[in-house]
Amino acid sequence: MSIEILVYILGGLTVGSALMVVLSKHPIRSVMYLILTFFLISANYIMLNAQFVAIVNMMVYAGAIMVLFLFVLMLLNLSKENEPKSSLLVKIASALAGGSLLLVLVAAIKDTVVLQVAEKVTDNASGLVQNLGHLLFTKYVLPFEVSSILFIAAIVGAVLLAKRESQIIE
Amino acid sequence: MLEKLILVGIIFTISLVIAMYATYFERKVAAWFQDRIGPDRAGPFGLLQPLADGVKMFLKEDFIPRNSDKWLFIMGPGIAMFTSLMTSTIIPWGPDIVTASGNIVLQVADFDIGILFILGVVSVGVYGIMIGGWASNNKFSLFGAIRASSQMISYELAMGISVITIVMMTGSLSLRDITEAQHGMNWNIFYQPLAFVIFFVCSLAELNRAPFDLAECESELIGGYHTEYGSMKLGFFLFAEYVGMFISSAVISILFFGGYNFPGMDSVEGNTLAVLGVVALFVKIFFFIFVIMWIRWTLPRFRFDQLMHLGWKRLIPLALINLLVTGLVIAFTSGWFN
Repeated sequence: MSIEILVYILGGLTVGSALMVVLSKHPIRSVMYLILTFFLISANYIMLNAQFVAIVNMMVYAGAIMVLFLFVLMLLNLSKENEPKSSLLVKIASALAGGSLLLVLVAAIKDTVVLQVAEKVTDNASGLVQNLGHLLFTKYVLPFEVSSILFIAAIVGAVLLAKRESQIIE
Repeated sequence: MLEKLILVGIIFTISLVIAMYATYFERKVAAWFQDRIGPDRAGPFGLLQPLADGVKMFLKEDFIPRNSDKWLFIMGPGIAMFTSLMTSTIIPWGPDIVTASGNIVLQVADFDIGILFILGVVSVGVYGIMIGGWASNNKFSLFGAIRASSQMISYELAMGISVITIVMMTGSLSLRDITEAQHGMNWNIFYQPLAFVIFFVCSLAELNRAPFDLAECESELIGGYHTEYGSMKLGFFLFAEYVGMFISSAVISILFFGGYNFPGMDSVEGNTLAVLGVVALFVKIFFFIFVIMWIRWTLPRFRFDQLMHLGWKRLIPLALINLLVTGLVIAFTSGWFN
């Protein structure tokens, strides 16, 4: 019972801090709340005993990607005075776009049937490193390798875009 | 439950006391290298100097710059201190202590993810410096913060890759399993000298220690990210660095120098083994703290482009080659090619 309460508290905190990302005025504050959200998502993973996913989420998102976000925002030196003012038209347009996205999502989700999980989960150790690694390299080896090729392609593409043309030819 | 709480208390106290005396030790080592005497006024041999420093830090005016972001300014040193203390949870300090009511494990938590937890927490640790530097609203602090973060991201990669070789050899991420696999004198340093060098250089960079202390480089940035800090907030930043030094020395000892293993450990058992194991681990830790100080007072500071060059173009390829060779050797010895 106490675990259930803990799950509700964690979920509430996660949604709350995710809302604060959107609601806070200052961009740096937004990023700080986003980092907090990633931590809380990691905590949710730990509640599911998925320790590996939790720590990788923390390392990659909170530890590396958000550092880069913060890095760029600090260089931009945004403050309240020189914040770009958005016009009324833009506000109405964004409200319409966001509202229609919400409508589509609600319409899509409201009729879904919760399917029974085909594989009966007999123990809660499937999130531990050994089991996860075993699954990744036996049952799901093809999707795993394909996604790693995708990542390499993305890295090469990023390097190609970042370098000037003359540097590549050399 | 109670024994774990007591253990947490002991480890917390030990980390703080060692960090405190590391400051004294650093000044003595510096004095020794520069042919001076060093602090010797407070107490015998200046042993009370850290206490005097602490009192001075507390009594200084606690100042917050007018145009700074007040909340984040206060958060910065807090995050730095919190993350550097958090990593000590998964370090195995010694073999089990045997009592009448069962064994006491000298490790707060043996997570399944082990070493990844340390890498994760360390990667979060840079937020303390970044936030503190940005919130100060000072361009030198901002430069320090930006340098710290780019340095951290660059060296994290090589560090992670060099740890993977150890994980591959042991077949486990848990620090206890890694220690157990190095029984007696069977230390990882003899199999992975290159990984050790890479890991050591990267830990110096992650700790912001000389020769990689570009985030607080006095000759260019006044004080770097802590230029605007004073009183105990500055104290926390400096203290976090020394706690980090202690923890990373412990991690280096465990990954490469056998942790609490020592030659001839099979001839003793029970509580004698536990005590000697803890002593062996601490001897290694103190040795590495000394080596880190030795490097600080020997090598000049890098230039920033040299730092980036070393990280991305030297250490990462070297670590990758090391990983590849280790993988091939492991595959070969376990008979995959027969």
